[in-house]
Amino acid sequence: MIRNEVLKSIVPVITDELVICNIGSPSQELFSLDDQPSNFYMLGTMGLCSSIGLGLALSQREKVIAIDGDGSVLTNLGTLPTIANNVADNFILLIIDNGSYGSTGDQPTYAGMKTSLAAVAEACGCDHVVECQAEDTAEELKKALAADQMTIIVCKCQSGNVKVPVITMNPVVIGDRFMKEVQKRNA
Amino acid sequence: MTFNISERIVDDMVAAGINFVTTVPCKQLAGVIDLVEKNDQIRHVPSNKEDEGMGLCAGSYMGGGKPCIIMQNTAIGVTVNTLSALIQFYQFPLPMLISYRGEVGEPVACQVEMALHTKPILQQMNIPTFHFHKKSDVEELPAILAYTQMCKKPTAILTDASFWRAA
Ligand SMILES: [Mg+2]
Repeated sequence: MIRNEVLKSIVPVITDELVICNIGSPSQELFSLDDQPSNFYMLGTMGLCSSIGLGLALSQREKVIAIDGDGSVLTNLGTLPTIANNVADNFILLIIDNGSYGSTGDQPTYAGMKTSLAAVAEACGCDHVVECQAEDTAEELKKALAADQMTIIVCKCQSGNVKVPVITMNPVVIGDRFMKEVQKRNA
Repeated sequence: MTFNISERIVDDMVAAGINFVTTVPCKQLAGVIDLVEKNDQIRHVPSNKEDEGMGLCAGSYMGGGKPCIIMQNTAIGVTVNTLSALIQFYQFPLPMLISYRGEVGEPVACQVEMALHTKPILQQMNIPTFHFHKKSDVEELPAILAYTQMCKKPTAILTDASFWRAA
């Protein structure tokens, strides 16, 4: 399975949750599959998906799923100790680990070589870390949502992208639409 | 003036509704960071790098929080892309309380290099910038915090060695 197939398989699970989605192909693919006011799409700043997700989870009650990538987490590796030491039980970090920088032409990342992001997360002090195969992602995500505890899921999948258009929605509209949804759900 | 500057700054932040603060430490800011950690109206989330901290602040703002980042001016060199493509692009208000190292009174030569770039970068990025040099400059802080929310921009509050020495 490639990322787009993983996203397709989790759409029924995440469609009602607050989602922060990683820059580039992940956001474009999710936007094409299932655009929702509860989705926040990153248009810039590689690496900060998990940080935005944690900040959001710590500041309101609803569950937050950050859909991140291996390359992005490697870019902002300092995020894992921060997550580990600031536990938000309404936060799930889903790392779609295809071992490559997908949006830039599938250059290999170290996560596809000797580096295990699950082992790094555990070493950073994250308590509930799950590594799974792509086809088990939806099931693991359901389990994590039901468990009411902060969980890091590392989904190992194949490298590859599908052809989808870039997101042309105005960033202020993306943010405003998302914030209104957050407010509504916390009311 | 007999007030404690660090206390005054944190009191002003709380009065402005700031409830989420991320910090990357600096010696000059140690007193403020200590008070932020102790204040029970503020959630303090130390970050490992300032762009990470700005991501946390963006998330907090979208969750209804009122964030602030506390950092050194060296961080301006680290965060240009994040300020531009996240904070400014999505119009998130973000007050940045910055220790302005490398001004007169600085003991570490290397700090002068980044000090020389600090204001030009902020100006190039159209970031409203305020320079606290005298102790009484702190009186502007409540208005600056309100201004930041009003215009939904990142704003820079540069606090130099003279300001902290007077404290
Ligand atoms: Mg990848």
